Amino acid sequence: MWRGMLQRELTLALRRPQDVLTSLIFFVIVVSLFPLGVSPQLSVLQGIAPGVIWVAALLANMLSLSRLFSDDFRDGTLEQMLIAPQPLSLVVFSKIFAHWLLSGVPLVLISPLLGMQLGLAGDPLKMLMLTLLLGTPVLSLIGAIGAALTLGVRGGGVLLSLLILPLYVPVLIFATGAVDAVGSGFDADAQVSLLAAFLVLALCFAPWAAAAALRIMME
Amino acid sequence: MSAEYATSAEKSLPWLKFANPRNFYPLAGKMIPWFTALAIIFTLIGLYISFFVAPTDYKQGESYRIMFIHVPAAWMSMFIYIVMACYAAIGLIWNIKLSDMMAGALAPTGAIFTFLALWTGAFWGRPTWGAYWVWDARLTSELILLFLYLGFISLRAAIDDPRRAARASGLLALVGVINVPIIYYSVKWWNTLHQGASVSVTESPKMASIMLTAMAVMAFAFWMYTIAVVLARVRTDILEREREAVWVVEEVSRTA
Repeated sequence: MWRGMLQRELTLALRRPQDVLTSLIFFVIVVSLFPLGVSPQLSVLQGIAPGVIWVAALLANMLSLSRLFSDDFRDGTLEQMLIAPQPLSLVVFSKIFAHWLLSGVPLVLISPLLGMQLGLAGDPLKMLMLTLLLGTPVLSLIGAIGAALTLGVRGGGVLLSLLILPLYVPVLIFATGAVDAVGSGFDADAQVSLLAAFLVLALCFAPWAAAAALRIMME
Repeated sequence: MSAEYATSAEKSLPWLKFANPRNFYPLAGKMIPWFTALAIIFTLIGLYISFFVAPTDYKQGESYRIMFIHVPAAWMSMFIYIVMACYAAIGLIWNIKLSDMMAGALAPTGAIFTFLALWTGAFWGRPTWGAYWVWDARLTSELILLFLYLGFISLRAAIDDPRRAARASGLLALVGVINVPIIYYSVKWWNTLHQGASVSVTESPKMASIMLTAMAVMAFAFWMYTIAVVLARVRTDILEREREAVWVVEEVSRTA
């Protein structure tokens, strides 16, 4: 069942690759704007690089979140999922996993390129990739709750950002903190462990909360 | 079936009948003047102690007196979020309409106190730290708390069906309340400049007891104000949501 759901999500997304590409291009553009706005000096850019890349990742993730449930909501598939015998939280989890594969993983893969543009190299660059790898699934998981709560609500996209961005703060703090720590020659084990802890916590609670939110919005 | 259940429950817990908006409406109406009076009296006493009785601080001069508004407002901003989440949980779990209304009515007051804490904090920060705003842990987490309140209020306002709006925003409040300690500690580890808590439950206070009294009185006054305002807001909400009910029509035509 789980694999079937995942396959369906991936097939649907790959039939319309522009959706996946849009948020990736958005990510690249936002990051590329900072040198233009702040300063082209590498010393300045190095300092802000982790923050810039991470904030851009938050925004790119949120941009694609509004589509997480809305297509299935519009064509009635979501109602079928609600009355299906399979637990809704499992269905939601496979949707979130697909969302991460299509929106989070591309960000992780392209991040070294952007990091190098901003003057990151070596260990900090590797740490940036690691934090994105651990952090972006947390974003998708928490974001799914917001996406479910704004389903069919007018002005849903803007509202989603208001609901979800404050909840992303801990991930942002520890992810950028880890890159900064490695950049100044320290150990980032604490930050990485905390990010992993957030991931575990979000894995346990978010699919369940998002399923509850879906039930409220569809009843 | 529901009527039977209600009567048996009401027999064992007599006060439970006030969970019914119809019974709560007149009760709230009777309670509002008392809480308003208490709020006014305690504000006057609290302000009198803060301005005339409490001594001048040897380091911060007179500017520290803003603390008597700032600290209780910051306490209230956090307490109200927790109280709001509790009401939201009760509303979600036992499906009690009045509880949802209470959660919704608490949010604007909580947001106002959060804003007040930030605003007075800025005015206090200027003479003591030399800046209106610094990216200190507690300021930042208070700012994020304000965002959480605004998210709750906006979600509630964006959904037309009041029942669904209450349940959706209730779930958001619960997600928020789990996140509040996580956000607080992450921001704390991130950066700390704010003075340590001057009042703590586990250790003896580091300030003159008269200052503590003034703050406690102000906090009590804020509580009374909150209860009065929330009850008034819930009463309006009851009239709006139950506008089809006969008793509401009678009530409105009687008072109009």
